[in-house]
Amino acid sequence: MPPCPFLSITPKVHENMSILNDARLKRQVWLDMLFRGVTRMSAISVLVLLAAILTSLVVGSMPAIHAFGFGFLTSAEWNPVTDEYGALVPIIGTLTTSGIALLIAIPVSFGIALFLTELSPRILRRPLGIAVELLAGIPSIIYGMWGLFVFAPLFADHIEPWLNDYVGELPYIGPFFSGPPMGIGILTAGIILSIMIIPFIASVMRDVFEVVPTLLKESAYGLGATTWEVMWNVVLPYTKIGVVGGIMLGLGRALGETMAVTFVIGNAHELSQSLLMPGNSISSALANEFTEAVGELYLSSLIELGLILFFITFVVLSFARYMLYKLGKREGQVS
Amino acid sequence: MINPLDLYARRRIINATGLLVSMLAMGFGLFWLCWILFTLLENGLPALNSVVFTKMTPPPGSSGGLFNAIAGSLMMSLVGTLIGTPIGILAGTYLAEFGQRGWLAPVTRFINDVLLSAPSIVIGLFVYEVYVVHVKHFSGWAGALALAIIVIPIVIRTTENMLRLVPTTLREAASALGAPQWKIVNFVTLRAARAGIITGVMLAIARISGETAPLLFTALNNQFWSSDMDSPMANLPVVIFQFAMSPYEDWQHLAWAGALLITISVLVLNILARVLFRQSATTH
Repeated sequence: MPPCPFLSITPKVHENMSILNDARLKRQVWLDMLFRGVTRMSAISVLVLLAAILTSLVVGSMPAIHAFGFGFLTSAEWNPVTDEYGALVPIIGTLTTSGIALLIAIPVSFGIALFLTELSPRILRRPLGIAVELLAGIPSIIYGMWGLFVFAPLFADHIEPWLNDYVGELPYIGPFFSGPPMGIGILTAGIILSIMIIPFIASVMRDVFEVVPTLLKESAYGLGATTWEVMWNVVLPYTKIGVVGGIMLGLGRALGETMAVTFVIGNAHELSQSLLMPGNSISSALANEFTEAVGELYLSSLIELGLILFFITFVVLSFARYMLYKLGKREGQVS
Repeated sequence: MINPLDLYARRRIINATGLLVSMLAMGFGLFWLCWILFTLLENGLPALNSVVFTKMTPPPGSSGGLFNAIAGSLMMSLVGTLIGTPIGILAGTYLAEFGQRGWLAPVTRFINDVLLSAPSIVIGLFVYEVYVVHVKHFSGWAGALALAIIVIPIVIRTTENMLRLVPTTLREAASALGAPQWKIVNFVTLRAARAGIITGVMLAIARISGETAPLLFTALNNQFWSSDMDSPMANLPVVIFQFAMSPYEDWQHLAWAGALLITISVLVLNILARVLFRQSATTH
């Protein structure tokens, strides 16, 4: 390794000094290498961490993989007594609750981001933006508790009977909304999740909308476009990769969310067409059953559930980051 | 032929509707969040008294406090932060200062961003598999380890971002004076980015202080006082979970008190971090 260039120009005054300097120089070069090595090791530790998480989950779920194979993914059985397990119910629960959450959260977050970037009076912009960001930081267990004690009873008393009476009779979508009004179930969990991810998606969307060059927006306004048209025809097309990335980040959060869901989903291993019935998600199954699971196969099936969850969120989050990087690169080129 | 005036009116109507809906969305978002905070204050404040901070968690049906849970949470968060922060800062330094060439930095950055929002319950599973299974009992150390794994990606991200904000001229000036690189990074750039990095650490603490899922399988819970990190340890989030799901009213009141405590501390940490960062940004 060559010595650092900026050190080799140290003036050599005496013969003695130069020997001294050589020694000091060597020491500095060595310290440089050491420091670089330590930071490098820390960076590598992130990769090691990911590899370790994957390996440990795969090793832990080996007994279940051997016992059930691919059938694990398609079986709705979950019976600790007969030691038979399948992941279908929690997988569907996770996907449905996250789907419901996104359906509600996307339009609302878009509205909030639009309000914060284009409509809000200047004085309100910062406080509202900060409020949204702070709320994105509230621990999810708070949402879960609120859902259980406040939202679920109200939902059972007022909204679910209404859904039963009016929407439940409709063809096609009716069966999804008919069932006993218990307040606890897939739909409630989806709604609580959406409330939880709205501030999160909204703050990413707002950041993304802010990368649009003002010049671009002003030229559209100059041509006589309305605010809505500027948003829809200029800002959205310009930032669509970032918006998708933000939505995917929100989805990743919704998929892996544990506490907000566990309180209100009902934790029942039953497949039901009705969204009002209790169900189970991967994370709530883990939270509820893991510490009480006895028997190798039971434990291993739960770990395989964790592996599936990790895999799904990993794919979703990678996609999200890829989209956001692409937006970031474009931003760099344009400005 | 469409009358141009009609077209204009239509555009105005679409615009007005769109903007109205956007405002409603803002109102909708704020409505839920205000409601949640209001419920929290309504139920939490009456339950919050000095007993909460002095007594241990009670058995069902009797009164008590949350002292052991608060202490346990503080200890595990502290240890988790102490383990996670140095690794995070060093790795973030690598990404910002040494990672210009090669594959390691971009790959690490990507993986780190994915880990940043990875489901925390999976991290709990991981620590259970690699630590709890081997020592054969739940422990405070395991909980702290799980929290440290959550801290690392957050600190890496903010450290890198903050180091990138340090002007290159500062590095070049130090370099021109003959400083070796480790001195430049440690005494010039890291020092210049200090406020931002502390902000990141505070945000990480805020995040872990409310994490429940990773503690379920690692620290578990403990009804009694324990300062032994090698045994199961009480902590606020898991106590809240257990108490809120229970049918006992006393427990539920305590759960509300704990929930209010956690929310207040998370919000205070977030606000402090912001104030700190803004102050340093204005003095530069």
